[in-house]
Amino acid sequence: MRTIVFLLRKEFLQIFRNKGMLPIMFIMPFIQLIILSNAATFDVKNVQFSLIDKDRSVLSDLFAEHVGSSPYFTLTSGSMSDQQAFNAILEGRDKLSIVIPEDFEKDLYRYAQAKVQLMIDAEDGYSAGIIQAYTREIIESFNGTIISQRLLAPGTRTLTESPQVGNIRIISSSWFNPELDYIDFMVPGILVILVTMIGLFLSAMNIVREKEAGTIEQINVTPVKRYQFITGKLLPFWIIGLGELTVGLFIARVLFDVPMLGSYPLIYAVASIYLLVVLGMGMLISTVTETQQQAMFIAWFFMVIFVLMSGLFTTIESMPVWAQNLTLLNPVRFFVDIMRRIMLKGSGIQHIARETTGLAVYAVIMLSVAVNRYKKTSG
Amino acid sequence: MNSFAAFMTKEFYHILRDRRSAMILFGMPIIQLLLFGYAIRNEIQTVRIAIIDQSHDRITEAITDKLLSSGHFVLVDTFSSDDAIEEGFKSGEITEAIVFEAGFGRRFVREQETSVQIITDGSNPNLARIVLSYTTAVFMDYRASLLQGDEEGKGIAAETLMLFNPELKSVYLFVPGLITVILMLVSALMTSISITREKETGTMEVLLVSSLRPYQIIIGKVVPYLMLSFINVVTVLIIARFVFGVPCRGSVTLLLLESLLFILTALSLGIFISTITSSQQVAMMISLGGLLLPTVMLSGFIFPVSSMPLPLQIISTLIPARWFLVIVRGIMLKGTGIVYFWQETLVLASMTLALGILSIRKFSIRLT
Repeated sequence: MRTIVFLLRKEFLQIFRNKGMLPIMFIMPFIQLIILSNAATFDVKNVQFSLIDKDRSVLSDLFAEHVGSSPYFTLTSGSMSDQQAFNAILEGRDKLSIVIPEDFEKDLYRYAQAKVQLMIDAEDGYSAGIIQAYTREIIESFNGTIISQRLLAPGTRTLTESPQVGNIRIISSSWFNPELDYIDFMVPGILVILVTMIGLFLSAMNIVREKEAGTIEQINVTPVKRYQFITGKLLPFWIIGLGELTVGLFIARVLFDVPMLGSYPLIYAVASIYLLVVLGMGMLISTVTETQQQAMFIAWFFMVIFVLMSGLFTTIESMPVWAQNLTLLNPVRFFVDIMRRIMLKGSGIQHIARETTGLAVYAVIMLSVAVNRYKKTSG
Repeated sequence: MNSFAAFMTKEFYHILRDRRSAMILFGMPIIQLLLFGYAIRNEIQTVRIAIIDQSHDRITEAITDKLLSSGHFVLVDTFSSDDAIEEGFKSGEITEAIVFEAGFGRRFVREQETSVQIITDGSNPNLARIVLSYTTAVFMDYRASLLQGDEEGKGIAAETLMLFNPELKSVYLFVPGLITVILMLVSALMTSISITREKETGTMEVLLVSSLRPYQIIIGKVVPYLMLSFINVVTVLIIARFVFGVPCRGSVTLLLLESLLFILTALSLGIFISTITSSQQVAMMISLGGLLLPTVMLSGFIFPVSSMPLPLQIISTLIPARWFLVIVRGIMLKGTGIVYFWQETLVLASMTLALGILSIRKFSIRLT
């Protein structure tokens, strides 16, 4: 036991002596948390559009005004040629162009129907879909207006309102986050990523650094036992990881006002297990590599996969089934999910038992493989 | 000049000698692009739902069938109480609950007005939105199918032209983005420890007493990586084209040139990190931990920059990937030429130049 205490003291001294490292470990993650939590939104706002009115009639004016008053849209230009409008989209200045053709008003009076043309920049298919939905909404409400105000001249065919068939009223509500606020969703997730990065990178580079510097030999010839050495190596990062989590949770609560419906002890319990998985992985990387550079590449490789396939940005539900199954090997996926559930939904131990057991099994496997790979003899 | 060539050759060998690292450098981007190219999508595959049908009539059953046969929805349960729904959300079993009111079908036919409750799990706002819009569409389709093609007299109809990506494939959006993010990170990572390593292992002294000028050392470090990265670019573009079918509507030569410029920016950033740090560990933490999330989140790869709050839009201008993304999507999807993104090109070039000069100066200072 005393040996472990000595080792711990040595490791901690080493960590805190490294002045360049301290701000990176203790400041950089939180700056990122604070800044990046605001970046994630799939909302489509400030859609810049141009409008070409070839009809120049009372009704087309009215329609143009209707579109312009939409909170989603910002008019950039009202008089262009089709080609200019297309170029504006090509250059990325506009996302949408609306063309009101000639005879717009005449058609509406005569046939009670008319067309408008939309050109949407579909480079980003997802946003394009939303822009299309916005315009559909605007057009429908405009149709509603001209019907209800009976703007069409008497004698023409009236617009028909949905005949015979009943109306289905859709009452939608979102539980746990009625405003669908992205901050509440992102903060717990980004926090997990930051804690993971620190834990994984630090532990991955730790032992390999001693290999590279040659100091591993010195430890190997001391009577320190394997488990003592490994405890001494991993425990400091485990403590630092939990410390970072604490600061992050504090920021989430105070700065972002993210709800905390579940229990903190539960979060810490899961985090303690989770960090063992991460540190075990880091250590495994450390034992299979020869240089810090290799360790860095491998750690980075897995980290990118973990981040992009964690459900943090794009939902797991949208992945093909094989990829969804693959995410079952991704510890980050579980912890992101668990954190969100505990914080936003107040899930208890009974709701996350399966995932937590999975993490525990994972931790045992990772640590035992890593310990086995580490041999006290070199070469 | 002779010693410069020798130095560059040495650096080259140095990279290639470490087989393992070289394998990782070439293998990683390919594996990642293949994996993410297939896995990252915006289209929802399966939504686990609970249906609470308090009416159980012909119409609710018809709608349920329609929902389940759309392929997007998988029925998990038919709960009966609100508490059960909440439990379902908390354990993550379901992402949506649909509650048909009692007498749904009767009211639909007789009273012409009926209601259904759609409850989504708002803790994932994005998923909640998509799921709600899918479900609403199914209900509207059902209603429309009863309307029997009364096409006339509906007011204004929109004729929509989806430019550049008519089928709204998310692969067209994500593959160029992935190329950008992967190239950025791999390139910056490669050079970020190149100089710090020399400092740490003590070989820096050797370089300092050599006849090489600071700029020669920097260039000698960058050029081999530039050549390696170019192989990466070509591979990645080939995968984009032939595996994912992302078109390249513009000039391939231009795309390659712009990619080269972008890699150079990323490599310079790595070199810059290397000159300002004193240990490999610090350099790695900056390039690994400091670049990953900002590049993914602020480049427009996943989240549109124009929707971000203004301060973040300003910060995003510092992210090289943001500029390159506009260029790649422009060339690949829109088929535009340099006149459309000369500004972005200029920004990347200026960034490269600034980082290069800063690195050389930082390096010279250490010489004295």
